[in-house]
Amino acid sequence: MKRWGSILAWVVVSLLCGLAVAVIALHRGESINAMWLVVAALCSYALGYRFYSKFLATRVLAWDTLRATPAERLDNGRDFVPTNKWVVFGHHFAAIAGPGPLVGPVLAAQFGYLPGTLWILAGAVFGGCVQDFVILFFSVRRDGKSLTEIARDEVGRLGGVVAYLAVISIIVLILGVTALIVVNALKSSPWGTFTIAMTIPIALLMGVYLRVLRPGKVLEGSLLGFVMVLLAIWGGQWVAESPTLARYFTLGAPALAILIIIYGFAASALPVWLLLAPRDYLSTFVKLGTIAVLALGIIALRPTLHMPALTRFVDGTGPVLAGKIFPFAFITIACGAVSGFHSLIASGTTPKLIRRETETRMVGYGGMAAESFVAVMAMIAACVLQPGVYFAISSPAGVVGSAPATAAATISAWGFPVSAAGMASLAQEVGERTLFNRTGGAPAFAVGMAHIFAHSLGSRFLMAIWYHFAIMFEALFILSILDAGTRVGRFMFQEALGHVWRPLGRTSWYPSVLFNSGLIVGAWGYFLWQGVRDPLGGINSLWPLFGTANQLLATVALCVATTILMKMGRARYSPVTLVPLGWLVAVTFTASWQKIFDPNPRIGFLAHARQLAAVPVRAPETARLIFNDRLDAAVTAALVVLVLLIVLQSGLEWLRVLSGRKLARVHEAPFVPTRFVTDEAL
Amino acid sequence: MKKLHQVGAIVLAMLREIFDEAPYRRFLQRTGKPCSRASYREFLRQKLNVKPRPRCC
Repeated sequence: MKRWGSILAWVVVSLLCGLAVAVIALHRGESINAMWLVVAALCSYALGYRFYSKFLATRVLAWDTLRATPAERLDNGRDFVPTNKWVVFGHHFAAIAGPGPLVGPVLAAQFGYLPGTLWILAGAVFGGCVQDFVILFFSVRRDGKSLTEIARDEVGRLGGVVAYLAVISIIVLILGVTALIVVNALKSSPWGTFTIAMTIPIALLMGVYLRVLRPGKVLEGSLLGFVMVLLAIWGGQWVAESPTLARYFTLGAPALAILIIIYGFAASALPVWLLLAPRDYLSTFVKLGTIAVLALGIIALRPTLHMPALTRFVDGTGPVLAGKIFPFAFITIACGAVSGFHSLIASGTTPKLIRRETETRMVGYGGMAAESFVAVMAMIAACVLQPGVYFAISSPAGVVGSAPATAAATISAWGFPVSAAGMASLAQEVGERTLFNRTGGAPAFAVGMAHIFAHSLGSRFLMAIWYHFAIMFEALFILSILDAGTRVGRFMFQEALGHVWRPLGRTSWYPSVLFNSGLIVGAWGYFLWQGVRDPLGGINSLWPLFGTANQLLATVALCVATTILMKMGRARYSPVTLVPLGWLVAVTFTASWQKIFDPNPRIGFLAHARQLAAVPVRAPETARLIFNDRLDAAVTAALVVLVLLIVLQSGLEWLRVLSGRKLARVHEAPFVPTRFVTDEAL
Repeated sequence: MKKLHQVGAIVLAMLREIFDEAPYRRFLQRTGKPCSRASYREFLRQKLNVKPRPRCC
């Protein structure tokens, strides 16, 4: 009877999923309710988790319920600790969920809600969740080794080197692009700048509180920090209204970029307890709370999506990001569908905490499904805005013009009515001077989120507070990535340069700390500066570059996973990783080719450089812009060549293994029986 | 009510792990030191002077 009940329940979930996807995909010309997206997402994840991840676990990976994990075998109470699966799930989710799943879908909303939503759902269920799950599982089988170590052992030395270079490149690009998002969100916004500036002394106070006043009481300290951040948001409006104070906090993009670069260097070189650790705690606290509240807000308000299913910009003429729906929608949304960066976390701290092999399914597959749901919420937040408002906020001045009347006329001519007066009124409502040309995705998301919060709580009175709360939330997210990422990058540089000159590899030698911090900050700071000086807003060039790098890292992870499956004698199941791998290769290689060689100057780096070079009377900045275009083309080409090498090396390895010319030997840790065995396992 | 209590306990345990309170408690158990400024400083030195946890985009 119970079995029939379960079958019936899953039939209902499947039908509901089909209905919701059909409504999303087939509705044209009328607005639909956001709940259809929520239902489609939840049902897709439930079906994927219940059936596909179980198939992966039992047939493809053949997990062993009797096998001890490294957390059990190497338990040292420090790095390796057998931990409750829900606790590991939360820990893993807090590490993988960043601003990417919030910003990517907002940018991709220019194509309409349909392409991005379908990619988020299908990409996560068949790609991202699979990648996270298998890499976590393989890392657990290999004493919690990192992706670069696994690549070196299983694919070969080249695999390790390519993975290392891909990781460092993606870190540099992530930091540059995310810093640019903060700059674009805070420029000419005294309220936002004041609030974010205040988070630095708040983090310092928290650091002192945790170290001196109440050692180790992190939850308590984070709660206090959160209250202080709320006060800073409240206080921001007084600063914005005060002519004297507002002057100090009204900064242009170059000034903000310089301040963020200085901040990144300080965060990398200062003792971690003082700034990095408290800020990390504070941002995690805000992140987990806000995501939960946003989900509740969407369910409470059940908003209508005003963005059409497909816009005219699927043809590649989009103002937010230039390029056709294929491949650009698929690299614009990386986190939320497939994110290579997750493979670093799935082969980092998480495998050292897993108590039983069977728990990798919930943490790896389930954790990514949860992040994908965050991306769906971001898509909803962008699409509840009137399309004209969305394009007015997200389009750069270089495309729509900087004068409000000109921008409004251009956007209205595209078929998305908006007026300068309406935008001025909205800007006033959220406490900003203007909302035109606020590229980067963060301001559009913040307006959408403020709309949901303000309406679900029944009052538009708090729109300004909610808007600045959303900006603070995203900026805090991003700055904590800048802190941790700059430090991770510094350690990676030290690891590499230590081979050149041993003292440079010493992580506690201060000259080495300063030198390597300067290197990593200089690298991402260059991309940030390039974005700030770009007349098209920077996001148009840099976000696709970042998305490509992230998806190329996923390509590396899936190559490694496929190689291991072949060596495990499970070649017939290899399509589970080969199909997403093939798709990502098609997407990233096409996107890279177009970003380098497309004749449209808004898409191709080299075409843009040629266009600039053809102008007879050049501005002093032009030479720099031409150099930047060529540099971006070279970075893209270098990444593609590296990944092509690992794809080829993996392919050769598969041929050798399948033809029997090479003995298929995996580098797993030896079997040791677990003491956590249960009746279910027996 | 019992179920709710269990869920609350799991959420609290999750937060304690994420916010490093549980690792600090394990550190005190492992080293046999009392909770103090000096031991928390030692814990942070051990934990945070190694390669930090990456945070995803």
